[in-house]
Amino acid sequence: MPTSAKTRAAALESWAAWRLAGPTALLMLLLLVVPTLAVLALSFTDAELGASDITFLGLDAYTDLLTDRTFRGALRNTAIYVALVAPASILLGLGLALLIEAGTAGRALFRSAYFLPVVSLIVAMASVWQYLMHPSFGPINIALRAFGFAGVNWLGSSDNVLAALAVIGVWQALGFNMVLFLAGLTAIDRTLYAAAEMDGVRSAWDRFRVVTWPLLGPTTLFVTTISVINAVKVFETVATLTQGGPAKASETLLWVIYQEGFVYLHVGTASAMAVVFIALLLVLLLIQTRVLDRKVHYG
Amino acid sequence: MSEPALHLRGIAKSFGTTAVLEGIDLAIAAGEFVALVGPSGCGKSTLLRIAAGLEAPDQGQVLLGGQDVTARRAADRDMAMVFQSYALYPHLTARQNMSLPLVMRRLTAAERLPFAGALSAVRAKIAAIGNEVAAAAEMLKITALLDRKPAQMSGGQRQRVALGRALVRHPRAFLMDEPLSNLDAALRVHTRGEIVELHRRAGVVTLYVTHDQEEALGMADRVAVMLGGRILQVASPDAIYRDPAHVDVAAFIGSPRINLIPAFIDASGAAAVERHVLAPRLGGAVGSDVVLGIRPEHLRLTPEPGPGRLPARRERIEFLGAEALVHCRAEAGGTALIARMAPEAAERLRPHTHLHAAATPDALLVFDRQGHRIARQALATQEPAHAH
Amino acid sequence: MSRILRLVVLSLGAALVLFPFVFMVSTSLKPQAEVFSSSLKLIPEHWGAAENYWKAITRIPMGRILLNGVVVCAAIVMFQIVFALPAAYALAKLRFRGREALFALVLLGLLVPIHAISIPLYAAARTLGLLNTLAVLILPFTLSVFAIFLFRQFIKAIPDDLISAARSDGLCESAIVWRIILPNAWPAASAFAIFSVVAHWNDLYWPLIAISKTHLATPPLGLLFFRAAEAGDDYGALMAATVIITAPLILFFLFAQRLFIEGMTMTGLKG
Repeated sequence: MPTSAKTRAAALESWAAWRLAGPTALLMLLLLVVPTLAVLALSFTDAELGASDITFLGLDAYTDLLTDRTFRGALRNTAIYVALVAPASILLGLGLALLIEAGTAGRALFRSAYFLPVVSLIVAMASVWQYLMHPSFGPINIALRAFGFAGVNWLGSSDNVLAALAVIGVWQALGFNMVLFLAGLTAIDRTLYAAAEMDGVRSAWDRFRVVTWPLLGPTTLFVTTISVINAVKVFETVATLTQGGPAKASETLLWVIYQEGFVYLHVGTASAMAVVFIALLLVLLLIQTRVLDRKVHYG
Repeated sequence: MSEPALHLRGIAKSFGTTAVLEGIDLAIAAGEFVALVGPSGCGKSTLLRIAAGLEAPDQGQVLLGGQDVTARRAADRDMAMVFQSYALYPHLTARQNMSLPLVMRRLTAAERLPFAGALSAVRAKIAAIGNEVAAAAEMLKITALLDRKPAQMSGGQRQRVALGRALVRHPRAFLMDEPLSNLDAALRVHTRGEIVELHRRAGVVTLYVTHDQEEALGMADRVAVMLGGRILQVASPDAIYRDPAHVDVAAFIGSPRINLIPAFIDASGAAAVERHVLAPRLGGAVGSDVVLGIRPEHLRLTPEPGPGRLPARRERIEFLGAEALVHCRAEAGGTALIARMAPEAAERLRPHTHLHAAATPDALLVFDRQGHRIARQALATQEPAHAH
Repeated sequence: MSRILRLVVLSLGAALVLFPFVFMVSTSLKPQAEVFSSSLKLIPEHWGAAENYWKAITRIPMGRILLNGVVVCAAIVMFQIVFALPAAYALAKLRFRGREALFALVLLGLLVPIHAISIPLYAAARTLGLLNTLAVLILPFTLSVFAIFLFRQFIKAIPDDLISAARSDGLCESAIVWRIILPNAWPAASAFAIFSVVAHWNDLYWPLIAISKTHLATPPLGLLFFRAAEAGDDYGALMAATVIITAPLILFFLFAQRLFIEGMTMTGLKG
């Protein structure tokens, strides 16, 4: 095609593309770019919702934040929560997937049973767990007492509340992880196991070490990323059951952002917290894709 | 033969209600290269897996050097297998892929732990393994690839690593499951020769499964033709070609396909297609249906009619360089026929549309209604059958 | 032997995972007195079901709340697909100036969680007087960068020849998106739909911020209101409310289990 016809064709294509993507691009501007910039801008101020005067604080906003006890407490609590929930839900998800794949009986049944918590309304199931964990008439404590153990004050004690929330978190997440691992396991080429057998790989443990685990690499990376990020975003259970208590023991990042921004209306501080939140997620994502990616093989 | 190195005896296998293998008997002598050939789905891969120990037969035994290994799992049978998809561990380098079988066999679980490499005894073993892997790599000319992973290699290179992984073990038998079918045509022919050479040097009994009859004929000491779960014939490539025991064997082996003409024995003892006599003085039971088999290179086409010739209409001629194929169709019965000849001869036939086909004497193969080959002598002594 | 062990372990695990549901239903059928007793009986002696469920339905406008949930989630998914599909097609198959920039924006969007930018969105909604409407529950989510990303991956795999053929048949690009791409991307679209519905049905954060009127609540918020309205310890009624609220999605799941699980895994693996 002569050059002028080519450039005309390219221009037509550009025009068509923008007609298709234009509305979405506009939405992205309005719902993504502008708000992100606004949050960034607000984070440097002490703005309050409803108040008309704003002071520009600059980086002081962040130094204040990092020395703020509540915020540091929230960071610590979130870290503990993630450390409790992520490894447990990942390992249990893997274990369940391996068990289910190991045989043929009841696969669909077990898959659905373990997946049910994932599709159940978190707020609702949190309420159910609250009942289960009730110190006096909750079934868990009743069962513990029946076996001779003392009942545990699950949600009412600042020492136990994060663990209690973690139990609910693991319960909710392990079905999803299991299903992801199942997909990863079924994607492994069966002939590799035959080759391993011929090579003298006899025990189930060796099979796991030589074939399964290495080939699950990408899946494991993905599951870990998702689990950690979802754990960091914990909110519904805190909002429903503990509201950050008792004694701020279960204040997590999102809860604190919500409180600061929408209850106390300290929009500036809340924005700074939100920026730290985004940065944290970014760092986690980067760590996992960079550091782990090198070890993971994408066969 | 003396004790066969690998013997598959009375093997039968069904999957659910489908019988995949029935009454398989195959004895392979020490150092022999046997090709197991048949169309897709005939059960040959299943038989190979049973030999390897990856599947258990419903009936029958697998004997290795006279010992019954049927109850042993594959890892304990000391046989090596090369898979169609190569089945290389994607996360390991070629060197690691080839070392794995030796590591698994020679190092105990404790010695395989990451820190055990500090012990001098373990280090000695690992060094010995390294040397053997290097030697095998040298033989296969893949030394430069040893530190690459499968994804960084071409199909042909991966295939060599798969071979290397099998060779390095010095097993008692090699089992190969269509190892060349994922390669392009030119590479396939080239690698064929290399595998045969490797076999010669290793001297280990080899059972080679393929659906490509040319590959089987070209590589093997003996060929086993398998169809519908049964082995129809085991013989040298020459015997399989010239002396097929069954019409299905004759049809499967040979390219282009053998000409098969349904005929019957007439009152004079000749094989005839309708009223045309194709093979006078054949003998055999009068009135019985037979199938005549003529290899394309044994089908003579002339423009002149004559006794023992079948009229046919020329359809097309294919010039293939060194030879030509003349396609025609028998006037009686409409059977498609192919004749193979020198290009000059084909050129001479071109102006004629009506040709006459005949078989070179002694090259005619006769099969009965059930497909079994009838030898010449047997024909002459047959009793007349009832008219059909 | 190992077969039995596997079944035993899996069954015990399943029992542990399912026991909250069992107790949820059982408690919803019990009168208060039995709820407070220290026994583990599953079948109540006296039936408190009628009372509990009646409270659940009347304390908050349960039917209306469930309907809100359905309307909001359905609208969100519809808008998400309507906006994402053409954009994904353009990013996947068309060449245009600014394509890289647009895709970079998509990637940026994947990194920024919606909770973080809720503050300015709330401020904007408040200024526009959109708080306490169904619209405010839908609008912020009409953009799903995840959908764009997912569909783009999928559409890239569609052979170019198919699109060239459509073009030579005279279809304009927009027609190509709806007549050719959508039917071919159906697995990705339905998988995403399930993923989106589950995510938004569950969302508490945004409704909590944007809605204060009970009759506009979505199920999570509605349940929170119920908890506030109900006297602290009436677990029977609370369980009845949770049964009613979780039932829709669970029933949907049980009918379409494979679709659900495959949908959520597929979005996970490709996204």
